[in-house]
Amino acid sequence: MCTVADSDRVAELARQVVAEHDPRNVPIPDYLGACYDAGLSWVHFPEGQGGLGVSRGLQAVADRILQGAGGPVPLGLNPMGYGMAAPTIREHAQDDDLKRSWLRPLATTEDLWCQLFSEPGAGSDLAGLATSAVRDGDDWVINGQKVWTSLAHRARWGLLLARTNPDLPKHKGLTYFVIDMHGPGVETRPLRQLTGQAEFNEVYFTDARIPDAHRLGAIGNGWGVAMTTLMNERSALGGSGSRRGAGTISDAVSLWAARPDLHTPVLRDRLTQLWLRSEAQRLTSERSRAAAGVGGPGPEASIGKMVGAELNQHIYEWCMDLLGAEGILYHGYAKKMDPDSEGDWRGPIQQRFLRSRANTIEGGTSEVMRNILGERVLGLPGDLRADTMAWKEIPRG
Amino acid sequence: VAEFSFTDEQAQLRSAVRKFCADNCGEEAARRLMESDPSFDRTVWGRLGAELGVLGLSVPEDDGGAGGTLVDQAIAVEELGAALACGPLFGTAFLAIPALVAASAGPVRTELLPNLVEGRRTAAFAVADRAGAFDPAALPVTASDSGALTGAVERVVDGGAADDLLVAATGPDGVALYAVDAAGPGVERNSLATLDLTRPQASIRFTDAPARPLAGPDEADRVITHAFQVGSALLAVEQVGAAQHLLDLAVGYAKTRMQFGRPIGSFQALKHKLADMLVDIEHARSSAYHAVWALTDGSDDPALAASIAQAVSSAAFTRIARDTIQVLGGIGFTWEHQAHLYFKRASTDAALLGSAEQHRSRVAELVLDNASADRAPWVATGAPA
Repeated sequence: MCTVADSDRVAELARQVVAEHDPRNVPIPDYLGACYDAGLSWVHFPEGQGGLGVSRGLQAVADRILQGAGGPVPLGLNPMGYGMAAPTIREHAQDDDLKRSWLRPLATTEDLWCQLFSEPGAGSDLAGLATSAVRDGDDWVINGQKVWTSLAHRARWGLLLARTNPDLPKHKGLTYFVIDMHGPGVETRPLRQLTGQAEFNEVYFTDARIPDAHRLGAIGNGWGVAMTTLMNERSALGGSGSRRGAGTISDAVSLWAARPDLHTPVLRDRLTQLWLRSEAQRLTSERSRAAAGVGGPGPEASIGKMVGAELNQHIYEWCMDLLGAEGILYHGYAKKMDPDSEGDWRGPIQQRFLRSRANTIEGGTSEVMRNILGERVLGLPGDLRADTMAWKEIPRG
Repeated sequence: VAEFSFTDEQAQLRSAVRKFCADNCGEEAARRLMESDPSFDRTVWGRLGAELGVLGLSVPEDDGGAGGTLVDQAIAVEELGAALACGPLFGTAFLAIPALVAASAGPVRTELLPNLVEGRRTAAFAVADRAGAFDPAALPVTASDSGALTGAVERVVDGGAADDLLVAATGPDGVALYAVDAAGPGVERNSLATLDLTRPQASIRFTDAPARPLAGPDEADRVITHAFQVGSALLAVEQVGAAQHLLDLAVGYAKTRMQFGRPIGSFQALKHKLADMLVDIEHARSSAYHAVWALTDGSDDPALAASIAQAVSSAAFTRIARDTIQVLGGIGFTWEHQAHLYFKRASTDAALLGSAEQHRSRVAELVLDNASADRAPWVATGAPA
């Protein structure tokens, strides 16, 4: 329950952290470490693991004070760590010592995390993945390839989904691990995308080893554990600002205002339709927040993810149509080998236009999102399946 | 109460209206009433007003209402829309009652309101709108010094059977809103055949018809504008209720209709269409209730909120009605199936108080024409970075 006493306690602890560690003067890891030690990294976690055991809704109370004093937004510094790894570790790591040893350096951002799910042969059909984990004494031996891994080149730890039993149907033969990205047999290569940037990586495993203690959840329950991670990812992708006109639509509206020489009635109506859809989605997020209260992410987050992704594309397509011949210039495809995860979104309109092609693919394609809405929200029957046999017998190519 | 937070009492209100509709409204009743004259049941209408008390939920208690908020009224309207309830909701509850509530106290208001709220009499709003807005310059009715009205108002929804007519007219002192007894002298009504048989219209000709002033030139514009905004929000909510009914119907059919040896809802072509309908209904619900809240607590510009609600809900209901027929296939094109009743309501609601396109145009005026270029994004010029 969310009580006034809890809220006061959270606020008091946050003020104390700020008073003792001025975020404008102390290094970020020290400041975030102090937040962790005070139980303010994720207030709904247990005490001793960066939390206070209070309602999740009170995180906002802490963040307002901690970030209001000039502190960083930790989700931006360690997105996979805060957004996906922390909730998964909290729920599934084998013991409290391990949880603490991972969570604190995650919270301070000294250890960045990455997510090793997608493979060249397993995108939307994630459960069909082929990277293998074979038991060898107290270790697991990993072989295979992952792709679209943000921050793999800077990450200390990776969340790895691998196949431990190819003789079972595909969802049942998976196990979830934490892998040391600095260990032998782990090779990371940047993956250049169509914008010219390298925001993601490919990761190759050649006889890489993981101690069994670094397994999250039971052997064969990897799919269930991965759902914890993915629901948090979609929730993070679907969340949008609550101010009218904020977000991607502001790019289009301010471009419209800046270029009266390019106005046409057709473009004006198209922009109004985009504005209305952005506004309707914003109001829908507000409404589901009001309905959900302090609960965790639910399937309605899939609406936000899907609508937001398609809106991003349509908004930048509109910007390009407004610019016409000016839009087909660029600032160069200089290859950046030190990926900056937000570089594309800080670039010119043309670069954002190119980057937005990924929006309806990453974090669940729009087609998969529509399946989720149809099956999980509307309760429609699933498609006929051609993959219910043992994983190794499923046709691939 | 914070926006989008519904109380337990409101949940009970919703169940009560839903129960009443299950017993008294719905497809069967609509089919019977749309062939009769008047096309609604005066007894059921009276019970909606007197027994259930849902015609004046946001009318102050002193005026014979329930003393609730527009949110309460919206919840009732959403349920009535889902059941395709027949009766002069549009003329009476969407427009006339909000206009009367907005008008200053006076004998006409005092006489009319309780009878409308209790369902003893019904009303129509004989004020032509320009896409849901009031245009006092284009009024077709004039008032004489003695308050007699002359002129004609075309296509008045619920005008054929209404007992009271609220009429905007240009008088010697300016534009005012008048009340006319529809059964009185000088009123000639011609019923029109409508696409949606459950939402009748009439053209009304006034010839020196005796009228009583309800809102004078000092407040007529405000009163009529308020009525159109409340009407727009409630019409949007009605569209949400009806669209949800159709989505449930389409989803239920897709789960049970077998073709090629499997339920048709397992085909992604239909599943994705239904998912898009779900997104549209959720957007419409958020936009419609946002307008209701804006008119309740003043948290947003009511003109903008009403136009957003109308633009989004009209588009959503027409799309969902269209796609429901497509999901149903051949059966959905028959007179026997209820889909066409809702499809015709969708076409009608979309056109009333301004089309989606007209409201979009108004949204453009409000949000684009004065937008700031301050944070215009960078456009690459071909010069290397």
